[in-house]
Amino acid sequence: MNQPNRLDQGGRLERATAISFEFNGKKYPGFVGDTLASALLANGIDVIGRSFKYSRPRGIVAAGAEEPNAIMQLGATEATQVPNVRATQQELYNGLVAKSTNGWPNVDFDMMSTLGKVGAKVMPPGFYYKTFMYPKSLWSTYEKFIRKAAGLGRSPLESDPDRYDHYHQHADIVIVGAGPAGLSAALVAARSGARVIIADEQAEFGGSLLHSQEQIEGIDALEWLANTVAELASFPEVQMLPRSTVNGYHDHNFLTIHQRCSDHVADRAAKNSSRQRMHRVRAKWVILATGSHERPLVYANNDVPGNMLASAVSTYINRYAVIPGHQLVLMTTNDGAYNTAFDWHNAGRKVVAIVDTRAEGAAAAVVAKAALLGIKVMVGTAVVEAQGSKRVKSVSVAGLNSAGDKLVGEVSTLVCDTLASSGGWSPAIHLSCHTGARPVWSDEVIGFIPGDTLQQQLTAGSINGCFDLQNTLIQGTEAGQQAVKNAGFSLEGEVVAPTAAAVVINTGMALYHIPHPKVTSRAPKQFVDLQNDVTAAGIEMATLEGFESIEHVKRYTAMGFGTDQGKLGNINGMAIAAKSMHKTIPETGTTIFRPNYTPVTFGAIAGRHCGELFDPKRYTAMHQWHLERGALFEDVGNWKRPWYFPLKGESMQQTLERECLAVRASAGILDASTLGKIDIQGPDAREFLGRVYTNAWAKLAIGKCRYGLMCGEDGMVFDDGVTACMADNHFVMTTTTGGAARVLEWLEIYHQTEWPELQVYFNSVTDHWSTVTVTGPNARKIIEQVVDDIDVSNDAFKYMDWKAATVKGVPARIFRISFTGELSFEINVQANYGMRIWEAVMAAGEEYNLTPYGTESMHILRTEKGFIIAGQDTDGSVHPYDLGMGWAVSQKKPFSFIGKRGMNREDCVKEGRKQLVGLKTKDPMQVIPEGAQAVDDPNQPIPMTMLGHVTSSYYSACLGHSIAMAFIRDGHKRMGDTVYYPLADGQSIEAIICSPIFFDPKGEQQNV
Amino acid sequence: MFYIYCPHCEEHREEEEFHAVGQAHIPRPLDPESCSDKQWGEFLFFRDNPRGLHHELWVHAIGCRKFFNITRDTQTYEIKEVYKIGEKPTFTADVAVNAVESTT
Repeated sequence: MNQPNRLDQGGRLERATAISFEFNGKKYPGFVGDTLASALLANGIDVIGRSFKYSRPRGIVAAGAEEPNAIMQLGATEATQVPNVRATQQELYNGLVAKSTNGWPNVDFDMMSTLGKVGAKVMPPGFYYKTFMYPKSLWSTYEKFIRKAAGLGRSPLESDPDRYDHYHQHADIVIVGAGPAGLSAALVAARSGARVIIADEQAEFGGSLLHSQEQIEGIDALEWLANTVAELASFPEVQMLPRSTVNGYHDHNFLTIHQRCSDHVADRAAKNSSRQRMHRVRAKWVILATGSHERPLVYANNDVPGNMLASAVSTYINRYAVIPGHQLVLMTTNDGAYNTAFDWHNAGRKVVAIVDTRAEGAAAAVVAKAALLGIKVMVGTAVVEAQGSKRVKSVSVAGLNSAGDKLVGEVSTLVCDTLASSGGWSPAIHLSCHTGARPVWSDEVIGFIPGDTLQQQLTAGSINGCFDLQNTLIQGTEAGQQAVKNAGFSLEGEVVAPTAAAVVINTGMALYHIPHPKVTSRAPKQFVDLQNDVTAAGIEMATLEGFESIEHVKRYTAMGFGTDQGKLGNINGMAIAAKSMHKTIPETGTTIFRPNYTPVTFGAIAGRHCGELFDPKRYTAMHQWHLERGALFEDVGNWKRPWYFPLKGESMQQTLERECLAVRASAGILDASTLGKIDIQGPDAREFLGRVYTNAWAKLAIGKCRYGLMCGEDGMVFDDGVTACMADNHFVMTTTTGGAARVLEWLEIYHQTEWPELQVYFNSVTDHWSTVTVTGPNARKIIEQVVDDIDVSNDAFKYMDWKAATVKGVPARIFRISFTGELSFEINVQANYGMRIWEAVMAAGEEYNLTPYGTESMHILRTEKGFIIAGQDTDGSVHPYDLGMGWAVSQKKPFSFIGKRGMNREDCVKEGRKQLVGLKTKDPMQVIPEGAQAVDDPNQPIPMTMLGHVTSSYYSACLGHSIAMAFIRDGHKRMGDTVYYPLADGQSIEAIICSPIFFDPKGEQQNV
Repeated sequence: MFYIYCPHCEEHREEEEFHAVGQAHIPRPLDPESCSDKQWGEFLFFRDNPRGLHHELWVHAIGCRKFFNITRDTQTYEIKEVYKIGEKPTFTADVAVNAVESTT
């Protein structure tokens, strides 16, 4: 197939491998070695998208990460969709499928362009803020339209089939960028034996050398490059990462590198290989050799396809053998861009003129070369406007004064289809800003250079504003030497930088915005930020409207947003804002670049932390049994706890009723292994408990258990549980399942920071034990059968006792504590015996209908008893007295325990606090939703006076009516009062306040 | 992401192993009962938010589980020192210097 703009020879392509790709539904040919952008240009495709706001046709402008227009939606299938890919950074592979991101219904006929044509008046900066803010009710309507029209790419609707990896690395020296500066630094670093990582965002190392015509060490730059890459590859401690963008430079020399392993090969990664990697690297020293971005000039209609960066044109010609037009006009403020005209000429197409904005023009040697090639050079001249809609047709040129702010003489027209412009180069300082360093303006460089930093960071090459090859190689070598020394390595012999020819050039001109015969606001649009459709007139208007800070100008106009992040337009925009406010660029300042440098896929960020591996899961030793019994599970902390055990055909409600009735009538069995367990030892353990719990521990005898409440210094309850006395210097504390880690840290912080004089040690033993709870009137009859060696009668083994015992040959601790209000035994055995003991107990319980139950029935049973769950019936704003649990607070303890002072604050002892009560609904079958708010008068107009919310609410099959626990303002004094719970559907549930202990208020059942 | 030297393990480790607990050097009053509500409230709720040096309590949560203090510059995120509980910082904030910097 014919590629009209493809040169017959040259470029770094594999011409033997012809491949094809699809763009907006049409097939085109290309080569391995192309980027999507070079292949589109080779095929003569001018319009690759529509602009964001005005919907103007747009073409490819750049050849790298700074490309603002060629933003693609990639992916051959739904699952492999990737939005916002820069065509200039996407290597071509056979079968690649790309679509324009913007443009609806298509790029050649665009609905929005009708709006765009009257755009200047219709869509000023701040247009969206100004227009769509009011009326608020219509926003949802506007939003749909704006989003569809704006087209910001879309995420796939199916899950990503590919695998992504994280690499955690340490390096002595990380070099960012493998152009001449980075490579010369790497050579030095590698030879020292240091561990070196050198990363470059492009497919090949070389940076500017890849399209350079210069020589290094007396050989062609490309040959030197090949030799250097080969040498680097020979060092075992050097890791070379092409296709790897250092997107973030974080605190303490931590870098995130996004490596694309297979995005250049196929739509999907090969089986068993990962598509992308995220390297997380801690570096001793970092060398930023990130280079620079060429700056376009701002003139009227500078967005019409055919307007390109000068260096991009050279890159397409030299590296991809693509010439993106027929007749070139080159506008430049500097000598370097003349090469673009020479490249174009040498490729065999016509250079109409070089338009040099400087009165003095270029250096003699450069001018002589142009003359030799017969290229017309116009000095002291600028292009003021391009003409054309889907492709440049001609340009208008006029004389320019030496200050660059006034046109002189007549406007004339040059016929051409390509206008390349160069306003000089802006150092790529992005990474240097990530850690907070403020960039510094340099008049000499005509750009911002990296500011002072606290990081272990060096810079080399054009990031410093060093734009000639010889000095770049010297800077790279010196940075390499410095990094080697700083990282503690050494080099043998003298280090000499690679040599290149010295180049004499004339000074560049500080020019950003070309004046137009009409004032900016009346002239055709002069774009500053092509991706966000920000114009020179828009920036001027923003400053006129009072947006003086550059950060405000950015947010008001959207300059520097999107994937582009200001790479192309920022300096021009700042220059225009500065001029409009009669300030200098350093006075106006710059916006700050933050991570990431280019967009990163969510896949790379997530790595393997997705699906099954998103969050760790914890299982008890009896999990398999629960699974086989068809349990449904509830996540508590990271634990998988059985929620309920439905029999075949049973509904959830039927299951819960069966489970609860079985417990109260005979016996139930619960896997309580997940409760937090902390082993506390030391001579001061008892004293310590007395300080962290609200109740008294001084007299708890060995062999006894006690329930304790734990409060914060504010006096509010945050955890509770039973603690058993093993020995005078040994206790075992239980915590809520979800609170175990927090409680352990709580104990540690008080011990380590407040009371280090106390001799006490804490250890989490949650995972060491399996806990089998048997509860119900027949619990003892079941336990008797499995306990080998102790008397479990009520006389020998009292309520709130614990005993060491042997259960089916396994050493165990049995606790006679109860969370159901029934006779209960909790058997604790070493965790790996859990299943054996569970099965033994189940077998012993068969004749008593021993019924496994889960957390939901556990909640119903404990609510029947009025037992709280910390975190469900408490929320950090209730103290023990609010809960009606003053009995668990010992105000007489000599030490002012944690929470005591807090719960006696003025606000905590005043009238009108919300207090925990029970509720019985008037209709016994109605269950109040948890979270429902009580009111005294359901007919009060909204907003009603709310009294408190429901914390736990269930239907109790044992009692035959619904039960609830709730907070009610002054509730303890309001027993018997009626309150109402208005619901979202308009109905209101009527309930009577009562004691929260619904079942066995005297506690006789658990003492039998 | 910080690179933190644990004074107990005597090694640099990644921030992921640690977590910050809050401002350091806020001792629990020795006699809480003699504190007024205002004093107790200040102990409970009020913390500094300096631009510049900040002494903060950290714990090596997924490591040795020990607490220690860090002096950190909240502007540059530079860790000036780490020191054990009970020790005194050698770097202390110079409020005047930071006030000047904050106007830039």
